[in-house]
Amino acid sequence: MFENGRFSAKFPRPTLDRRGFLQVIGLSGAGFLIGCSRSGETVTAGGDPDGAAIAEFGPFIRIGSDNAVTVVIKHLDKGQGVTTGLPTIVAEELDAAWTQMRAEFAPADVSLYNNLSWGPIQGTGGSSSVANSWMQLREAAAAARSMLVTAASEKWQVASDEITVSSGVVGHRASGNSATFGDLAARAAGVAPPATLTLKKPQDFSLIGTRLPRLDSPAKTDGSAEFTIDISRPGMVVALVAHPPRFGATVRSFDASQSLEVAGVSDVVEIPRGVAVVADSFWSAKKGRDALTVDWDFSKAENRSSEEIFAHYKELAQGDGLVAHESGDAAASLASAQATVRREFRFPFLAHAAMEPMDCVVEIGDQKCDIWTGSQFQTNDQYVAAEILGIQPEQVEIHTHFAGGSFGRRAVPDSDYVAEAVTIAKAIGGRAPVKLIWTREDDMRAGRYRPMSHHVLEGGVDDSGEVSAWRHKVTMQSFMAGTAFEAMIQNGIDGSSVEGARNLPYAIENMRVELQPAENGVPTLWWRSVGHSHNAFATEAFFDEMAHLAGKDPYEYRRDLLAEHPRYLQVLDLVAKKAGWGDSLGENRGRGIAIHKSYGTIVAEVVDVTLTGNSFTVDKVYCAVDCGIAINPDVVRAQMEGGIGFGLSAALREQVTLENGEVQQTNFNTYRSLRIDEMPDIEVHIVPSNREPSGVGEPGVPPLAPALANALFDASGRRVYRLPIGDQLWS
Amino acid sequence: MKRKINVNGDALEVDVPDDKPLLWVLREDLHLTGAKYGCGIAQCGACTVLLDGSAVRSCVMPVSAVGEQQVTTIEGADGPAAAAVTSAWRDLDVVQCGYCQTGQMMSATALLETNPSPSDQEIDSAMRGNLCRCNTYYRIRAAIHRAADEMEG
Repeated sequence: MFENGRFSAKFPRPTLDRRGFLQVIGLSGAGFLIGCSRSGETVTAGGDPDGAAIAEFGPFIRIGSDNAVTVVIKHLDKGQGVTTGLPTIVAEELDAAWTQMRAEFAPADVSLYNNLSWGPIQGTGGSSSVANSWMQLREAAAAARSMLVTAASEKWQVASDEITVSSGVVGHRASGNSATFGDLAARAAGVAPPATLTLKKPQDFSLIGTRLPRLDSPAKTDGSAEFTIDISRPGMVVALVAHPPRFGATVRSFDASQSLEVAGVSDVVEIPRGVAVVADSFWSAKKGRDALTVDWDFSKAENRSSEEIFAHYKELAQGDGLVAHESGDAAASLASAQATVRREFRFPFLAHAAMEPMDCVVEIGDQKCDIWTGSQFQTNDQYVAAEILGIQPEQVEIHTHFAGGSFGRRAVPDSDYVAEAVTIAKAIGGRAPVKLIWTREDDMRAGRYRPMSHHVLEGGVDDSGEVSAWRHKVTMQSFMAGTAFEAMIQNGIDGSSVEGARNLPYAIENMRVELQPAENGVPTLWWRSVGHSHNAFATEAFFDEMAHLAGKDPYEYRRDLLAEHPRYLQVLDLVAKKAGWGDSLGENRGRGIAIHKSYGTIVAEVVDVTLTGNSFTVDKVYCAVDCGIAINPDVVRAQMEGGIGFGLSAALREQVTLENGEVQQTNFNTYRSLRIDEMPDIEVHIVPSNREPSGVGEPGVPPLAPALANALFDASGRRVYRLPIGDQLWS
Repeated sequence: MKRKINVNGDALEVDVPDDKPLLWVLREDLHLTGAKYGCGIAQCGACTVLLDGSAVRSCVMPVSAVGEQQVTTIEGADGPAAAAVTSAWRDLDVVQCGYCQTGQMMSATALLETNPSPSDQEIDSAMRGNLCRCNTYYRIRAAIHRAADEMEG
């Protein structure tokens, strides 16, 4: 996400200008605070006990008199591990011991916690958390370390260059002095920040690149981790909302009499997004909503089926699209090719279906509002809430909590579920704190899906047997239009629709990539790997077919056409070597390969399958990844494993379909995602690198589905052009 | 109505409707929020707790059906299997978002209580009802084997 648009501003390089550097790490403000006050939410076990004096070293680092080093996390942790990754960066430059590290979510404040990759917004997405924090946190930690050294030097009256720092201990060998960070923190916070910084060289890293236990594991394995759904406030009520059964429908009238008879139900109120039922508990609210009758007006709704929408896309695809990439002359090359292939691909709407459905707690006070939620867009939600309530954004305090998954769903330009919760709290006059909970059915049917898309790919092989022509047309809707992210649409092209398609790395002489924008009434959103989720399939499955047409081995032919890209080659060769590419697999088995770059990270995967009568099993997935410096290799492996499972789940069975405008899937029995018995064996290999780190949350997803489709072709001789795969190969 | 319910070794009194699911009684009335709501129809297992040692989906069990049975939630899980599961989950850093993991751990604990050395197939069959959208399944399987090894000593 945000790769090709205005929001892809490069994050600041390390700056040697003192004022600039102090601004980036937030040390140029009003100085340092020492005290016990805190505004964020502690997310890891063993946080600073009450009463420990806290010294602040800018907005990201706090050191307590109890020797705890707390890293303030400006991003949401929805499983990707930033509450471990970001503290690792700090611990490294600070020379702290891993056992003293803690994490706490930052309050919403764009002036301090902007996403440097694509702000101005405090946000999490595009696999950018580590990448945009890398230099910011290294510099903040190096400054804090230097201040601790200065404090020790002053205290002990020794030269600062004789002082060592190791595993959280500051020492002076000659005098025999030593002190913990906690001992020195109060004094250190009072010294002048350093004028210049020296950052470690990668070869001197002692924590980065090693296996460190996740900081959130203890709280997430004993039930104490607090998710939004776990928040309780004094006097809190629970709200459920009856949403329109079709997108764009509105309330004509409703009858709340039966609802209000349910014990515990206190209010039934109409809000712009439906009708809210407010009660003393979830169960009462649910029964109250079940008893509600709403008469919906469908005159402005999207009343079509997904088949009808797709048929419309297919028609649209016959017209000329907007040119997203052009090199050479694809049309002429196709016309003169020895052999050509034209294929149409089809991808469905997909739900994020995070395990924690959308939820939010809102408490309205006098000229203020507190919001507890797991949001990927804290400051966006802050602005939306402020507008609803007619107060200033800084009067809205966002308390970020762990999110039970998200996959993009909690990054909503119009803050849908947060806005809904705020609206309900306002509708009951701010009488009580409100916890909004979407049931699974609400979550499944509320839209914001990965957009459906139609792709046409055409390729030609010239008389020398090489692929010389490539034409790709993507037809789909944009979810940026009409939002604060509209600037990402340039010359009519939403970059997220063609990412991974318009920057194909293969050396093909004549290429043309077009986007045919479409519209419909189904609300859509980014979904883990966004445009890459469909473009990687279309391009890598089609490339495989072209290699076959050219009579080449799919791995070797990728090598040939990636000869100018050493990073790609390294990843491709690593996965092929580990998988034993070329080895015989045996009867009824097949193997496929795919490679794709997203968010600066290159991932290649080899998938092995076995045909079993009218079905197949995915036996093993080999994965190689180049994400620059792997901050926490085990977290990188976990993200690849999870990304592979997520990609496989979607490839096998996931889809959202509409009939007469109504979403057909309601819960996990009809939206069937992967279960443990279908999880393959996985091997992840990380390419050693000294490049600055790029993201890992999304890039494991895109190569899986095409590698699987290519494996199925290898095993069965049949190609997949439509996801999910389902049982199409046998029907 | 008022009723007694045995949770994590304590006999507790709650005043709730008969049809209120055990999950919401635990979460809202007893403030034990480790068991999670994921689907409400016993399809995802995020709400898994133990009832006299067996894994059940608390989201579809009316509190009136609990009777005298002992309810164990993640907050009260103890014994060799629960301890082995917890330490294996931490050693292998199974969690990602963590939302489903308390349910996963309760299912794993119930499995190991009856089958201290499960095969991959037995793990898959016992854990099939617990969804994880982060897809941590690969590590869940490994962690159950590790917990089994640890219990064997």
